[in-house]
Amino acid sequence: MNTLHTVRLTVNGTAAEVMVEARKTLADALREDLGLTGTHLGCEHGVCGACTVLFDGNPVRSCLLFAVQAAGHEVGTIEGLARGDELHPVQRAFSEFHGLQCGFCTPGMILATVDLLEHTPQPSEDEIKEALGGNICRCTGYQKIIESVQGAAAAMASGLAK
Amino acid sequence: MKPPSFAYEAPEALDDALALLDRHGDDAKVLAGGQSLVPLLNFRLARPARLIDINGVPGLASISERDGTISIGAMTRQRTIETSPLVASRAPLLAAATRWIGHPPIRTRGTIGGSLAHNDPSGEYPAVLLALDAQVRIRSQRGERVLGIDAFLGEWLSTALGPDELVIAVEIPIGSKHATYGFAEVAKRHGDFALAGVAARFTLDGSHIGDARIVAFGGVARATRLTAAEDAIRGRVPNETLFGEANRAATAAIDPISDLHATGEYRRHLTGVLVVRALRQAFGEA
Repeated sequence: MNTLHTVRLTVNGTAAEVMVEARKTLADALREDLGLTGTHLGCEHGVCGACTVLFDGNPVRSCLLFAVQAAGHEVGTIEGLARGDELHPVQRAFSEFHGLQCGFCTPGMILATVDLLEHTPQPSEDEIKEALGGNICRCTGYQKIIESVQGAAAAMASGLAK
Repeated sequence: MKPPSFAYEAPEALDDALALLDRHGDDAKVLAGGQSLVPLLNFRLARPARLIDINGVPGLASISERDGTISIGAMTRQRTIETSPLVASRAPLLAAATRWIGHPPIRTRGTIGGSLAHNDPSGEYPAVLLALDAQVRIRSQRGERVLGIDAFLGEWLSTALGPDELVIAVEIPIGSKHATYGFAEVAKRHGDFALAGVAARFTLDGSHIGDARIVAFGGVARATRLTAAEDAIRGRVPNETLFGEANRAATAAIDPISDLHATGEYRRHLTGVLVVRALRQAFGEA
């Protein structure tokens, strides 16, 4: 029953390999086996959104996916966004617009935002709420998060215009 | 909050998946999208000896139209259904209801077959598919069978699915061009389990209501047709007075449970209100 499975996957563009029990979630494998502790675990049953990662480019709950299921797939985490010391525009906007306080929910918020802005570069407030409705924040009251997403959208649009 | 140990199988062909189900039957659970099963495992409310992961089985995730029917493969993701132009034009009730399932990252993984096989009483898909009079295509090593949705759905998370059987597709009749629909739900937060919901589909006969299928879900043992409300409006001209009659017929007919989220009395009242909201969506503020 405790058989170890060898799982080869791509994480943030780099090939990775882990040896895991089938019951190990992708979130735990990222944190414990690959040392990528930027993916946070809040509720571990799919409600809080803190563990959101990109799976083949789409946002998923990494607490509801087993690491064995990621074999051959591409996973994107918060650690993959910055280029060296240069933050991703969404990360920069969350900093500039105070879209975080304790920061626990932030990796999930940011990855959900990255996905939103990829499909909807100029989202309405309702579209932002729909995209981030599954991400719970206990500090900010959400207003600053919405402003951060709007700020990121504006920054990315002007970046494209340059 | 970590799942118990299980043996893991990831068949890469439908026949292999069916062979595994045939061999391991009751001790195994099928892993589709996992958005309901994995929380149950994480809480250790379910302890299957074996998971049969069908995400690698080809041919189970497509949406097609043939002979007046929309066929949706069991592994079609909810997000694919939500954004499908074919679903939007041929089964708009299904598209509308999909936006009420969890949140975008849940819908990225969640599947229509998984939602049906899990049959949560507060789930949107069992209710919508009952309103749409869908058929469920089921396969096992013994062969294939097609069950009407009403016969498929059991009470409290149960279905007619045998331990060796797999849902492979859902088939929805497109029906009359002169059709309209309504979908209304109340949850404590958007994306939470429904306290109560109503999915309804109607056909139009000139200025009168033709056929009506009104389904309640949430707080009841399974998605349930409100036949008294359907009878009250069939053949009549839609207006607010009639919607009030449907409300009274619906609330008289159901007896939802009380739990820590809401009393049965509140859910009953809410269901009547949601019937009226669904009717207004379908026919306007007549």
